[in-house]
Amino acid sequence: MKPPVPEIPVPVWRDFKDLQEWEQLHKERPSGDKHSALFESVTEGIHSFPGGFAVTTVADAFFNWARKSSVWPVTFGLACCAIEMMATFASRFDVERLGMVPWASPRHSDLMVVSGTVTIKMAPMLLRIYDQMPDPKWAVSMGSCANSGGPFRHGYHVVKGVDRIIPVDVYVPGCPPPPESLLNGLLLLQDQIAHFRKTGRRAPPTPKVD
Amino acid sequence: MTSDQARASIGERFSGAQVEGTSPIVATVQPEQWVALAQFVKETLGCRFFSYSTAVDWKEGLEVVARVDNVDDRIGVLMKTRLAPGVSSCPSLVPVYRGANWMERECYDMFGIRFEGHPDLRRILLSDDWEGHPLLKSYAVDTPHPPYR
Repeated sequence: MKPPVPEIPVPVWRDFKDLQEWEQLHKERPSGDKHSALFESVTEGIHSFPGGFAVTTVADAFFNWARKSSVWPVTFGLACCAIEMMATFASRFDVERLGMVPWASPRHSDLMVVSGTVTIKMAPMLLRIYDQMPDPKWAVSMGSCANSGGPFRHGYHVVKGVDRIIPVDVYVPGCPPPPESLLNGLLLLQDQIAHFRKTGRRAPPTPKVD
Repeated sequence: MTSDQARASIGERFSGAQVEGTSPIVATVQPEQWVALAQFVKETLGCRFFSYSTAVDWKEGLEVVARVDNVDDRIGVLMKTRLAPGVSSCPSLVPVYRGANWMERECYDMFGIRFEGHPDLRRILLSDDWEGHPLLKSYAVDTPHPPYR
């Protein structure tokens, strides 16, 4: 049986269904997911008080320094990217010098490195582990599969990007990303944490790479 | 027993069957003779090892495939049966080969073939609330699975 020869139209960027889906999804996602209304109203009050900005900004700088110097990733490996993640956590690339201790409990962790393919069957468990982590928490999407579904995007059983389940702070491309790449992603995450504004609001995405 | 003798004996026993090849011997029978063929192949030809079972969606009907082997005499038999268009029910091989149990569950999972006489026919790989059978040609890959897709 001879397959029919498809007529491929000239691709227009806006015509790609995947990109349309991505835009739609990121339009609907709420932005300030790390903020508590009560806490923010209190800090707003202090901030608007005359001279109060000195308190909040110094407190911010201190808290951000503390947060970014002790990011504990939860031990959570999903697929082949987990091997590279383990290499990053091991002695050669040693992220412990950055204050990251891979911790075996989500209840003591701040960071989830989603390393690998997220299947539809695994998605509820991933969400459950993420929900068990205390705020403030961050997520790094590692590898093509977690970023967008990767080679399995047009399959039937893979979640097309982990950002459909949890909010993601840093995307690390690669299949799988080498430890250097993940390390760069983690440094970017630390940079992002350092720019948290007023005790807990999410920083705007910094386009600074390298 | 050699492979040629085995092929001849299958052709002798099942007159309507289409038998060809040597390694493996490809035997295509009607679904009514499916279990009888498996029994014959196991007991007479000594193919005691159930290698795998799967299916093919040819759009004009499903085809159930099973491969069994006689490891001592190096005889491999690929059994096939073609279901009529629109039919998704086939006799189960579990009474003959116990190893067919999970294979047929996977086949049910992926192709929606209901194996008559299977002791525990439910999904094995996909979650229980999955809708549809993804390896069918009629399955749309973009089928939404809320909330994760």
